[in-house]
Amino acid sequence: MYQYNDNDQTLIEQRVAQFRRQTESFLKGEISDDQFRALRLMNGVYIQTHAPMLRIAGPYGLLNSKQFRKLAHIARTYDKNYCHFTTRQNVQFNWPQLEKIPDILEELASVQMHAIQTSGNCLRNTSSDHLAGVCIDEIEDPRPYCEIIRQWTTLHPEFAYLPRKFKIAVSGAKLDRAATQFHDIGLHLVNNDAGDIGFRVLVGGGLGRTPIIGQVIKPYLEKKHLLSYLEAILRIYNLFGRRDNKYKARIKILVKESGMEKFSELVEKEWLLIRDNLELDSDYITTVKAQFAPPAYETDAAQDTRFAQYQLENQAFATWVKYNTADHKVPGYRAVFLSLKAPDSPPGDMTDTQLDAVADLADLYSFGEIRSTHRQNLILADVKQADLFPLWQQLDTLKLATANIGTATDMICCPGLDFCSLANAGSIGIAKEINEALDDLDYIHDIGDIKINMSGCMNGCAHQSVGHIGILGVDKKGAEWYQLTLGGSSENEAAIGERLGPAVAKDQVTKAITTILDVYIKQRLDDESFLNMVKRVGINPFKEQVYANN
Amino acid sequence: MQIIKDKQIIDDSWSYVADDAELKDGDISVSLARWKKDKQQLLKSNGKIGVRIGPADSVEDIAADLKDIPLIELDFPAFADGRIFSHAWLLRGRYNYQGEIRATGHFMSDQVFYLSRVGVNAFSLEKTEDLPAALSTLNDFTVNYQKSIH
Repeated sequence: MYQYNDNDQTLIEQRVAQFRRQTESFLKGEISDDQFRALRLMNGVYIQTHAPMLRIAGPYGLLNSKQFRKLAHIARTYDKNYCHFTTRQNVQFNWPQLEKIPDILEELASVQMHAIQTSGNCLRNTSSDHLAGVCIDEIEDPRPYCEIIRQWTTLHPEFAYLPRKFKIAVSGAKLDRAATQFHDIGLHLVNNDAGDIGFRVLVGGGLGRTPIIGQVIKPYLEKKHLLSYLEAILRIYNLFGRRDNKYKARIKILVKESGMEKFSELVEKEWLLIRDNLELDSDYITTVKAQFAPPAYETDAAQDTRFAQYQLENQAFATWVKYNTADHKVPGYRAVFLSLKAPDSPPGDMTDTQLDAVADLADLYSFGEIRSTHRQNLILADVKQADLFPLWQQLDTLKLATANIGTATDMICCPGLDFCSLANAGSIGIAKEINEALDDLDYIHDIGDIKINMSGCMNGCAHQSVGHIGILGVDKKGAEWYQLTLGGSSENEAAIGERLGPAVAKDQVTKAITTILDVYIKQRLDDESFLNMVKRVGINPFKEQVYANN
Repeated sequence: MQIIKDKQIIDDSWSYVADDAELKDGDISVSLARWKKDKQQLLKSNGKIGVRIGPADSVEDIAADLKDIPLIELDFPAFADGRIFSHAWLLRGRYNYQGEIRATGHFMSDQVFYLSRVGVNAFSLEKTEDLPAALSTLNDFTVNYQKSIH
């Protein structure tokens, strides 16, 4: 993974010093709440229900064991012994004290981490495919381009005060695991007719209040033009995006209101004027690529026979392998998901003990690297098949081996009303209740591939509108109600879920979910997935049952 | 009144003349609308003339006149209006403007560094007592990932 050079290190250290000064000015009353708000958000600091929340960047989801140990230390020293992994591959602390945040940032900088642009109306952390570089369906590894974009976006002087936040995702595989169609800019590495690899550029996608699927603005962009094209889009957005209404300020609204034809004309015109001065140097691309060279895989990893033997002998292990590991491009290796969705813990949360233990396991079994996924789990990407059994045993002890990846209990869930000042309704409690109702792992496995996403408000941090089942908390006269949607997807055939009917009361949500799952079990054809069944029959069969008593 | 110009705190004698006020002697700046309307008259005045541009103005509208204008003021109605940053970049990067670009209005000392990197070389802060601190922010970073424009 990318290692900082002296310049990278200097920059984040200087950013810590700058933020320390800004925080001190605010605490002394020299700058207003409003001004400090903009400054702190640009460095990941929210003021939340109980305390400030600090969001730390996980650059395209890639972290190492040293960084995990630092997160554990911060959780112990400055927080309540845990942290939270988000849907954009970042890490959040929910209980730091504002005056201690500069110290936390200094600790982070010592392991090449920071909180730069993890919130605010600026260019956010770039996200990517959690299986980048190891998956079997890859066209090209997207991580070097993510890093190039990370550098370009970091402290970009022209685009620090955008109309609204701006998120970029990059995918290099055939299957889009990075939800690129729901980002302000989505980049997809593709082959052109000549067999060269470049980017398909999408623009104007997004979730939140107005979910919109991104549209292709450039079917094929040569790699050397990556930054000039991004800059052209950003300049047009910065100049013409709406600033009169924050709910209409995302680029998706500009694209929608101008029309794609007009918008792309503006971008093209701008791009032609700047592209020759901003070409990516091929040496620079090569240097960055070298940082993502494959680790020293063992060539005889596939010779091992114990792996097959263990699966025959131990059903629980075999089940875990089936659900929580993925194929790897190198024979004899697999990518391992660590489920942060154990039945009795809030989705995406990890304790300091788990963080430290995972750091040790990463060192032992996966070249010291750990990834976070946009479904709020972790991955050890390069595990030899011979090591899977001992790894599984240790993960099981740590409660990180629930065999539920991609299933009904692998829910995406925002912090909700318990922590977030924006939320209208609780989400963690509902997730717990659904988990308790679905405590039979065989039943979960029978349901199979299903994505349940739940957000506590329409800002949609948990991407409920693209959940196969979406749950959205709303406030009705001071009470917590939940709107259900079916049929959303953030993968290749992107879709926004359709509303099932009127919102249901808090104590009816779990029943509604189990009813929906029962309808699926009864009416599916052969091995038809939940999403495919919804596509085939529509929402009515589900609606009839969920609202049967009303 | 004091401002920051070219990394120094200096005395400044420019004044802005509102659209409904009478023109006066000395170095004055006017709105883009007034410049367009009274350009010939303004060019005949004895002092120097600057033009104040707001976020909603288009820099392209003044591109042809830039050679006659020694000062462009970029005026922030609110500090979060980031269009100003692109206006500055366009003036320097696209139209090769060589005169003074001055930030005015409601912006923060903490924006001075970024503004300097997109070509703004003078800063008129709301509170002159903030000038030394604002000046020191120009040294916040010694490394950057993007090219700056001057």
